[in-house]
Amino acid sequence: MSMVPTLLSVENLSKSYGGVHAVRSVSFSLRSGEILALIGPNGAGKSTCFDMLNGQNTPDSGRIKLLGEDTVGKKPRQVWRLGVGRTFQITATFPTMTVRENVQVALVSYGRQLFNLFGSTANYARDEAGRLLDLVGMGAYAERPCGELAYGDLKRLELAIALANQPKLLLMDEPTAGMAPRERVELMRLTAEIAREKSIGVLFTEHDMDVVFEHADRILVLNRGSLIAEGTPEQVRGNPQVRAIYLGEGLVYDARHREGAGA
Amino acid sequence: MAFYFVQFLTGLASAASLFLVASGLSIIFGVTRIVNFAHGAFYMLGAYVAFTLTERFSGAVGFWGGIVLASLIVAVVGVIVEMVLLRRIYHAPELFQLLATFGLTLMVQDIVVLIWGPDDLLGRRAPGFKGAVDFFGQNIPSYDLFLIGLSPVVLGILWLLFQRTRWGVLVRAATQDRDMVAALGVNQKWLFTSVFALGVFLAALGGALQIPRDAVHHALDLRIIVDVFVVVVIGGLGSIIGAFVAAVLVSELNAFGILIFPKISIILVFLVMAVVLIVRPWGLFGKPEAAARRTPGLTVNPWRPLTSNERWLAISALAVAAMLPLLAGNYALTVGSEIAIFVIFAASLHFLMSVGGLASFGHAAYFGLGAYGVAFLAKAAGLPMIVSLLMGPLLGLLGAAIFGFFAVQLTGVYFAMLTLAFAQIVWSIAFQWVTVTGGDNGILGVWPEKWAAGPASFYWLSLGIAAIAVALLRVIVFSPFGFALRATRDSLLRSEAIGINGKRVQWTAFVIAGTVAGFAGALFAYLKGSVFPDSLGISLSVDALVMVLLGGVETVSGAVVGAIVFKALNIWLVSQTDLSKLVLGGFVVLIVVAFPKGIVGVLETIRNRRRSSSSKSSSPDSSLATSRIETAE
Ligand SMILES: Nc1ncnc2c1ncn2[C@@H]1O[C@H](COP(=O)(O)OP(=O)(O)O)[C@@H](O)[C@H]1O
Ligand SMILES: [Mg+2]
Repeated sequence: MSMVPTLLSVENLSKSYGGVHAVRSVSFSLRSGEILALIGPNGAGKSTCFDMLNGQNTPDSGRIKLLGEDTVGKKPRQVWRLGVGRTFQITATFPTMTVRENVQVALVSYGRQLFNLFGSTANYARDEAGRLLDLVGMGAYAERPCGELAYGDLKRLELAIALANQPKLLLMDEPTAGMAPRERVELMRLTAEIAREKSIGVLFTEHDMDVVFEHADRILVLNRGSLIAEGTPEQVRGNPQVRAIYLGEGLVYDARHREGAGA
Repeated sequence: MAFYFVQFLTGLASAASLFLVASGLSIIFGVTRIVNFAHGAFYMLGAYVAFTLTERFSGAVGFWGGIVLASLIVAVVGVIVEMVLLRRIYHAPELFQLLATFGLTLMVQDIVVLIWGPDDLLGRRAPGFKGAVDFFGQNIPSYDLFLIGLSPVVLGILWLLFQRTRWGVLVRAATQDRDMVAALGVNQKWLFTSVFALGVFLAALGGALQIPRDAVHHALDLRIIVDVFVVVVIGGLGSIIGAFVAAVLVSELNAFGILIFPKISIILVFLVMAVVLIVRPWGLFGKPEAAARRTPGLTVNPWRPLTSNERWLAISALAVAAMLPLLAGNYALTVGSEIAIFVIFAASLHFLMSVGGLASFGHAAYFGLGAYGVAFLAKAAGLPMIVSLLMGPLLGLLGAAIFGFFAVQLTGVYFAMLTLAFAQIVWSIAFQWVTVTGGDNGILGVWPEKWAAGPASFYWLSLGIAAIAVALLRVIVFSPFGFALRATRDSLLRSEAIGINGKRVQWTAFVIAGTVAGFAGALFAYLKGSVFPDSLGISLSVDALVMVLLGGVETVSGAVVGAIVFKALNIWLVSQTDLSKLVLGGFVVLIVVAFPKGIVGVLETIRNRRRSSSSKSSSPDSSLATSRIETAE
């Protein structure tokens, strides 16, 4: 593993709002092809981390290095050009366009055709968009108005959009929130498959511990803005502090895992 | 030195009314999230009613009582408007709220002329403040001193009202978070109504207090509303302190601007506003707003290019239109040319507004700049028609590039206010800079050359350019750029996250729209043979908005249909009645409330309904499709 280059490294990242320390001195790194879960109760600071990573938000202090390049102070669109795809906790898509067009826009941007005034987009990267949609299982919905999609389908569409720039890093903030349990497992399995195949690094948050333990290579646990644990699923599962937080939150591990942990 | 001090005091005195009106607008916006374009109309009504009352009742009590009573009466009118109209549109997209209140403004303009006549009215001087105070040989009207003292008092009263009363606490809570107040079980309806009443009262008081200083006339509303928009853009919408500081700032800039640029003093205000917008786009005392609601949002009907059948249909329609000279006389051809020109104009606004999601309330600026561009080139430089026609619109392009750069930094209502203010600035320049633009007398004698002079030739020319412009804009809608523009409109968050520089995309769209509008204006100059400041005016901007709205904001071709129907109706209406603004304003309000999808929108809905009912079996799992629109936080 040590041969795989570091994709993302975060050092002492902090952000506070007024008196609230949303994120406190968080450090971690992520290698290509690695799937890293960031877990923690609501309000732990996960979304704030994501926002700082893709340039949506500026940290008060700390460093973010992506492929050796410092990204603090860069705009989201500049971070995207470095090869970062992102999905949002509350989906953000283009509701008045069709599903295919949603992906096509991302491809237009990737192909640097944004200021092409007189070309036709009807067939622009049509097949490529179709492939991406097939990949996330949305091929059948390509011509649907995006505004009509069910929430789970929007999440999958977001994944397709996020893959359009052939990212090296995927940031997925609660990719399966609002989905049925089976859909969740399905979507994360799909993501893991794509990530392994294309050697994409993935950072994701997730409340469903089944999904986390099944797919994450490593887990970071965030509580009140601070990292309180980090390690493989086995290590994190056995961590009493983590268990205390989760039991306190009422989010109990699945019985299967508790047995597996042997604690 | 004394002179400058007196000038400073005059500025302070002017700030009083401006502050009253702007704070009213801000308070209403804070709670209801409606930018009340009719606020200037309430100001003007306040002045007219106060004029009548102070003429009727004599003495000091009669005067001051009349001022207060007038403001109360207008506040009651405001309450009626809120209950009858605004309550229906609180949840409508903001574009419709702006349009409805603008429609009201138009109606009030004709109503005051009906009641009080078209002439300027000179009001009474204020009892007790009739004289002037001598200051090192300079005179200061004592009424000005009264006004200077009044604004801090009003500011203090408002502060007490919001800090010390239960109602004020509720208003502040509602300004912060509307849902929370709903959860507290407060009767939200009456909270809104009372806030609206207070805001209107302040506007009317501002107007009433002006009568000893200024003549009352029926163009007061637009003059004040533009200043007020500038004030709230600088001060920050929703902030009363901001309204106060910015009102003083703007008034002083006006007072001293006259000394520096006597002809085009408004430039100074513009420069300051531009700087504020760059440094603090949400105003000096405002808070950064959460992303604006999407401007359209009635349907989620994706657009598609014309099918080949539809393309043939469009070409046939064009061919039929081209045959008009075989059937119709000169008058009809002139009307036809005018309609073609307004098709271009409306299509350009539609591009900005529907495709770009940027509802400009000052699009006439670029139309008018195109017209003046032609007039300068043809008259002053003596260039041939074809050259003028092609180069004139570049003035529209230039204006759109400058103003558009600032305007696209803002969204939603701020964008609307700013575009309106810019247009009014351009209008003022055309109006005041007499040596260059001829002022009110315009520039005459811009006649087409022989080859285009006949009504039929000019009609064909206009029709041809209209066809090209509409086709070109349509191509752009479906181009990669058009996709990027629609994406930016739909979700700024998502488009930024996929590498789109939304501001640059919107600026480009603004320039395109302004240039196309410039072509319409250029043709218009040749059609009329002259150019007047009117061709930059607000009512022309509103006409364009109505055309787009009438045709259907959310359709690709609505603007064309809207322009044809509206212009034909308008020309007919003007020939039938003197109250065209009243009718037009009522029409706008009616469309917004009863008919928001427009003609083409309704036709599309009918067609889609038919299509979906005939193909129900083939649609896979429509039960899955919950029709929710997710907009970014
Ligand atoms: N824009 C903001 N302004 C003020 N506080 C914020 C803002 N964004 C997040 N917070 C606060 O920061 C903390 C972390 O929030 P967030 O990152 O959304 O957590 P998570 O995604 O883990 O649920 C919370 O206490 C939240 O209230
Ligand atoms: Mg979150």
